[in-house]
Amino acid sequence: MAVDKLFKDEATEEKGERARMASFVGAMAIADLVKATLGPKGMDKVLQSTGRGRSVTVTNDGATILKSLHIDNPAAKVLVDISKVQDDEVGDGTTSVVVLAGELLREAEKLVAAKIHPMTVISGYRMAAECARNALLQRVMDNKDDAERFKADLMKIAMTTLSSKILSQDKEHFAKLAVDAVMRLKGSTNLEAIQIIKKPGGSLKDSFIDEGFILDKKMGIGQPKRIENAKILVANTAMDTDKVKIYGARVRVDSMSRVAQIEGAEKEKMKEKVQKIIAHGTNCFVNRQLIYNFPEELFADAGILAIEHADFDGIERLALVTGGEIASTFDNPESFKLGHCKLIEEIMIGEDKLIHFSGVEMGQACTIVLRGARVLLGGGWPEMVMAKEVDELARRTPGKKSHAIEAFSRALQAIPTTIADNAGLDSAELISQLRAEHHKEGCTAGIDILSGAVGGMEKLGISESFKVKQAVLLSATEAAEMILRVDEIITCAPRKREDRM
Amino acid sequence: MALAFDEFGRPFIIIKEQEQKSRLRGLDAQKANISAGKAVARILRTSLGPKGMDKMLQSPDGDVTITNDGATILEQMDADNQIAKLMVELSRSQDYEIGDGTTGVVVMAGALLEQAEKLLERGIHPIRIAEGYEMASRIAVEHLERIAQEFEFGVNNIEPLVQTCMTTLSSKIVNRCKRSLAEIAVKAVLAVADIERKDVNLDLIKVEGKVGGKLEDTELIDGIVVDKDMSHPQMPKRIENAKIAILTCPFEPPKPKTKHKVDIDTVEKFQTLRQQEQKYFDDMVKKCKDVGATLVICQWGFDDEANHLLMHRNLPAVRWVGGVELELIAIATGGRIVPRFQELTPEKLGKAGLVREKSFGTTKDRMLYIEQCANSRAVTIFIRGGNKMMIEETKRSLHDALCVARNLIRNNSIVYGGGSAEISCSIAVEAAADRYPGVEQYAVRAFADALDSIAMALAENSGLQPIETLSAVKAQQIKENNPCCGIDCNDVGTNDMREQNVFETLIGKQQQILLATQVVKMILKIDDVISPSDY
Repeated sequence: MAVDKLFKDEATEEKGERARMASFVGAMAIADLVKATLGPKGMDKVLQSTGRGRSVTVTNDGATILKSLHIDNPAAKVLVDISKVQDDEVGDGTTSVVVLAGELLREAEKLVAAKIHPMTVISGYRMAAECARNALLQRVMDNKDDAERFKADLMKIAMTTLSSKILSQDKEHFAKLAVDAVMRLKGSTNLEAIQIIKKPGGSLKDSFIDEGFILDKKMGIGQPKRIENAKILVANTAMDTDKVKIYGARVRVDSMSRVAQIEGAEKEKMKEKVQKIIAHGTNCFVNRQLIYNFPEELFADAGILAIEHADFDGIERLALVTGGEIASTFDNPESFKLGHCKLIEEIMIGEDKLIHFSGVEMGQACTIVLRGARVLLGGGWPEMVMAKEVDELARRTPGKKSHAIEAFSRALQAIPTTIADNAGLDSAELISQLRAEHHKEGCTAGIDILSGAVGGMEKLGISESFKVKQAVLLSATEAAEMILRVDEIITCAPRKREDRM
Repeated sequence: MALAFDEFGRPFIIIKEQEQKSRLRGLDAQKANISAGKAVARILRTSLGPKGMDKMLQSPDGDVTITNDGATILEQMDADNQIAKLMVELSRSQDYEIGDGTTGVVVMAGALLEQAEKLLERGIHPIRIAEGYEMASRIAVEHLERIAQEFEFGVNNIEPLVQTCMTTLSSKIVNRCKRSLAEIAVKAVLAVADIERKDVNLDLIKVEGKVGGKLEDTELIDGIVVDKDMSHPQMPKRIENAKIAILTCPFEPPKPKTKHKVDIDTVEKFQTLRQQEQKYFDDMVKKCKDVGATLVICQWGFDDEANHLLMHRNLPAVRWVGGVELELIAIATGGRIVPRFQELTPEKLGKAGLVREKSFGTTKDRMLYIEQCANSRAVTIFIRGGNKMMIEETKRSLHDALCVARNLIRNNSIVYGGGSAEISCSIAVEAAADRYPGVEQYAVRAFADALDSIAMALAENSGLQPIETLSAVKAQQIKENNPCCGIDCNDVGTNDMREQNVFETLIGKQQQILLATQVVKMILKIDDVISPSDY
């Protein structure tokens, strides 16, 4: 007797081949979606949000595209997830990881169709991934001891990354900006200290990096517009009336004169607070919360620059770069650390006024600790190197696994193929040339998109970071493995949403 | 549907709204139940063993889970059938009791049901089948005890434990680094184990995961990891020899439960109130400082003012720490949870050698490590992995491994895995069957066949010829009188599980057989299913 109902209504179950089919198709669809954005000649996507305003984003960043999609296929969700992680962890290569995982699955599908068990495919993939990683490790270049070459490497990587974005015409300019900004951190990887302020207007070329700190705020009226050797007090405190924090307290008065008295007391209290702040010996006061007119006037009288309503990030960053503390009470001026900077001035960018802090403390106080950045060549070079090594492994490996290993190498080659395809080049021709080149020792050949031919990547200065490539390789393999292992999909009934209308 | 009639020939209504209920009786009921049970078992059958496949489950909210842990699959699959729910319960109870073998127990129950169906068709009464199964399970459990081996390990010799955990982990997706994970699990269990009492409190092992990095980066931390950061961005990120005040009261003015009002009607009152308020904050911070605390961990939030005061007095603080984590910190650091500032004393402070904040990736992810605690009996396993599903699956796999290690500390008997124990039991049950005079004999023999089918499923999943492999192994076991012959799932080349180092715990196996028999008995005894028909 058949079981008519094992699951709840609307819950579905897919088994064996069909389940595998469903996940392969879903994953490949996602990979194909972002495939066209890969490489320097990749196309952009327009995303329209369903929210109010139907705002439009034009991007070619894999993670951004995938994040904005509403996906129903569970396997596709796995891919979206890995691209998100790639973004969080290394910040680059978000498209490649999805494309590689998609290609791995495409190859796996063929193998499964040829009656090779998914588990065999997985173990082959694992061996291949390990081998590919070692191949990269051997060829990695490390220039951390040489500051000049290190900087040059960073420059190249940044340029390679930017070349696929819309900024590509000014990539040199932006790469320099990015590298300079990161180099200023002197080895700390805290990207929070880099602030990006967007101002429409001007051309892209007008973007600049400032050695100081820019706060997108106006100064108070009647206050000095320029302070040298500023002592900055960064605060997070209410500068309207202090709330009474004791629960249940309320003000009750019985006559008008009392109201006036209380108001007076309040003013007195504020004045006291301002006095205390002034007593810190500060000449610039930055507050996260509002500063009312009355205290602002008091500050102006004392010749102190008061900046109100700085955002939370701004406050934290300002405190970080000027080396001050964030204050909320002002009773002990002696033990309090003020932030310092050489010059504060109001600057104009386009039509907007910004406040500029220059000569900040942090830039000087840090010791120089450079982290080793390991570099690979770009332009499909690493993929070809890996593919070659993996191919050799396949030849050495007995048994059915070798098919899977071979498939892995084909999937790796799919990435340069896609890059070439996207640039409108003859990919089959290029890849075969490239493969021939790579059989020579110490080859540096990759695809030169600009001239549409095979070229030496070292000469062209196209590099990529080892960390990114390794993360792409490992997470793509991991995701493909996860999807391959599935032989059954059970989808629960979607939760019924209360109709709010 | 059978109806009762009164003396005038009118039908009796026995059940409320009888007409609207669907009802299955007798053999039909049993068969329907059995096929439902079998259907559930069939889902899990392909997940058994080191080459078992995973299942992808999509929750009602669209979240995806990929797992091959039997208990998790059944829990999330939204079963509606009553018998299917029973099977879910079955794997859950195995999970609670033993923590491992949740797939095996369901497959076993499914196999027993399948055999029972055949017997029912031959006209054997379900109760007789149930009794036969009961006897057979007793034989099997006793036999397991006979073939079990004592298993020597010590704090310095953890290798055997690691091997057993590796057997458990080898069926999971994490088998790529099963060795290191097994070591982590064993070390974690040994750190919190009470060897004297043979007890392990798994609550003391915290399993935290953070997306990113590689699975190989998973580590065992001798202390607690809390997914929180310091309340003020400029507080020190590293504190050595920390004395920790663990508070469950907020850094805020008191909020009495009784309703009250403070009326302010004069300027003086206004000022006193203000001073009181400041004094209150000051007092709180001072009290912490006075007892010598160098770190405050608080379950609640702080006011901006309090936060700054803490920062100012050089007293780092962590806020919004969950209750469970707070307890763990208290256990690890040997401190006491203090509900009121007045009760803060130096003795109640927890001690830790090192507290540090660590950041991950490019996003603002920070975690707080509390290490070198006074009481080292609380540890954290910190999992890294490519994506969220991977981490969730690793958590579940580690849970299984932890449970196995715990079971071994409780009872150090093991049996060999790879289906060898099942095959050996099957032989013993088969031999014993002939001694039963009654109809039960058939049921006992059927039980032996059901045991075989687990080994068969194992062989099938590993891509071997199930019947051929099983008969070969069985013959080998009898010929060599060696209960360690099993299915060679990993293609190592030997059938002897002792050489392959594939172990399972004795209590886990026994529990599997007992629980599966119990549920099957229960299902067999049902002869009437009354359910409201579709509405």
